[in-house]
Amino acid sequence: MVSAPVQILNVSSLGNDTFTTLAQRIEEIFGVQTSVLQASLNLDRAFDSSRGQYNSTALLAQILNSYQSPNGKKIAIVDIDLYIPVLTYVFGEAQLDGTAAIVSLHRLSDQFYGLPRDDALMVQRLEKEIVHELGHTFGLYHCRQFECVMRSSTYVEEIDLKRITPCTNCIALLRNSC
Amino acid sequence: MKPTPSILIVDDEQVVRDSLTKWFREDGYFVDSAENAAAALRQLQARKWDIILLDIKMPGMDGMELQTRIKETDANATIIFITAHATVDTAVKALKAGAFDYVTKPVDPDYLSHLVNNALQQRLLASENLKLKEQISEFSKADDIIGESPQTQKIFELIQTVAKTDTTVMIRGESGTGKELIARAIHSNSERRYFPIVAVNCGALPEGILESELFGHERGAFTGAQYKRKGKLELADGGTLFLDEVGNIAPKTQMDLLRAIETKQFSRVGGNDLIKVDFRIICATNKDLEKAVEEKTFREDLYYRLNVFSIFIPPLRERKGDIPLLANHFVQKYSRAMGKLITTISSEAMDVLVRYNWPGNVRELENAIERAMVVGHPPAIKPEDLPFQLTERNQVLPSGSIAAVEKVHIAAILEQNHWNISHSAEILQIDRVTLYNKIEKYGLKKPQ
Repeated sequence: MVSAPVQILNVSSLGNDTFTTLAQRIEEIFGVQTSVLQASLNLDRAFDSSRGQYNSTALLAQILNSYQSPNGKKIAIVDIDLYIPVLTYVFGEAQLDGTAAIVSLHRLSDQFYGLPRDDALMVQRLEKEIVHELGHTFGLYHCRQFECVMRSSTYVEEIDLKRITPCTNCIALLRNSC
Repeated sequence: MKPTPSILIVDDEQVVRDSLTKWFREDGYFVDSAENAAAALRQLQARKWDIILLDIKMPGMDGMELQTRIKETDANATIIFITAHATVDTAVKALKAGAFDYVTKPVDPDYLSHLVNNALQQRLLASENLKLKEQISEFSKADDIIGESPQTQKIFELIQTVAKTDTTVMIRGESGTGKELIARAIHSNSERRYFPIVAVNCGALPEGILESELFGHERGAFTGAQYKRKGKLELADGGTLFLDEVGNIAPKTQMDLLRAIETKQFSRVGGNDLIKVDFRIICATNKDLEKAVEEKTFREDLYYRLNVFSIFIPPLRERKGDIPLLANHFVQKYSRAMGKLITTISSEAMDVLVRYNWPGNVRELENAIERAMVVGHPPAIKPEDLPFQLTERNQVLPSGSIAAVEKVHIAAILEQNHWNISHSAEILQIDRVTLYNKIEKYGLKKPQ
């Protein structure tokens, strides 16, 4: 099984206890110890005033510099709206087969789309996106299986369709990569 | 296993190249990037790319010029422009120059994802379409037209010559010579090959039925016409109409057909609406049409309309050189179809085939081989498997020297007497030693 531990870097307004169940789920899926850590990032340095958004690639670089652990995977959770150049927005970003990832809550909340607040749904979406981006750090590509957590989602509705776990093919790929 | 789709990103901004590369890699694509046109051209030389994402504004050669260069070497390259400086003018220019699409930075991730998927899907369909067309061309190479005689080679040449034109063709020849095969070969080598070839046997249908068959009919046009029906002319739209035994068409239908050929429009039987069609006509007959014109049973104007380019197929007896090739082809064909291990024809049986008269031409030869394949035993067809015996009437004696005639005669007597030398020598009224000498001289061999 994969031996590298995972650190969830909580930079968001959510309490660390939000991630307790998820940490156990991550341990089951990826076979690694997972811990939650209150963290901070210099968000201003990644802010693009012309877009009113934060460059997720710049934040990934900060995570790598500020939270070094040679074999570990780190995933930061933020409230802010993320982008990568050329795309209008991203839910998150990860280093493919690397050590750092980031996920934003900003577009996962129904309030963003003018709908009533639903925190439980938002947390479900967040958990799926965290597993998705972590999957990339473990070397998984996007999957075409509809319910697989590794399926690419560009709308929140697509995230809702997915399960929180990878499909059998992706699990097999994970096992083989160990 | 399908190869991983590849994407080449050409943009002078590293941050754009990096973010797009990362984005597409997560989707499992093979991705690489180039910082300018020169680097892109090197990458394009090194391998084939499914999709090229191209920035418009780049130092040196810009994206529009690069697209022109790429299209010069690969007209089917799928190029998507992705630019921060969008104007309607450049978008129109890019699309007119053959770009697949044009998007502005920053692009909606869902849109970009769909765009690339659609582009790949279209490439896949285009390549499948090409493969299918190639397969059609392969299938339609008319492999039943076989022959190495000069007469057959001449027919191949004529097919190639006329196929590329849209000229009306009349194929003449005895029954069973393969007139329909020639028609199909012309069609499958023509520009119309992706449309149907519709065959009508004009000799097999009574006048009223033929009219309805050719032009179709409206509901209630005649007793029993309960439904509207399309005619063969309509079905052949875009393709070829093959009129077999055209000499048997009744005068009234001849007139209607002539009008339809001249105007490329007609009405269904019992209908008033004019239907426009575009078809090529190939017709065939074994009748003496010139005589029929003289006797006023075939319209002269229709005759001239149909007899623009004529191909005459000689009877099989006049191109004996084709018989071994044709016979072996039919053996292979029926061996596959019947799953029998008969794969060849004994030299004696082939000798019989070559000497036979073939009044029914290639069709009779094919039937003879099919029957021989049913009754024969592996590995080869023998003379006794053939459905006919050579008689003086249907046998064509070898032309040339007396020795050739003597060889054939001795072989026939030996065959009749199952190679009993004494009996054969007695019938031939020569002694056994002389018969042995002649067997050796003519290289005759007893079948195994």
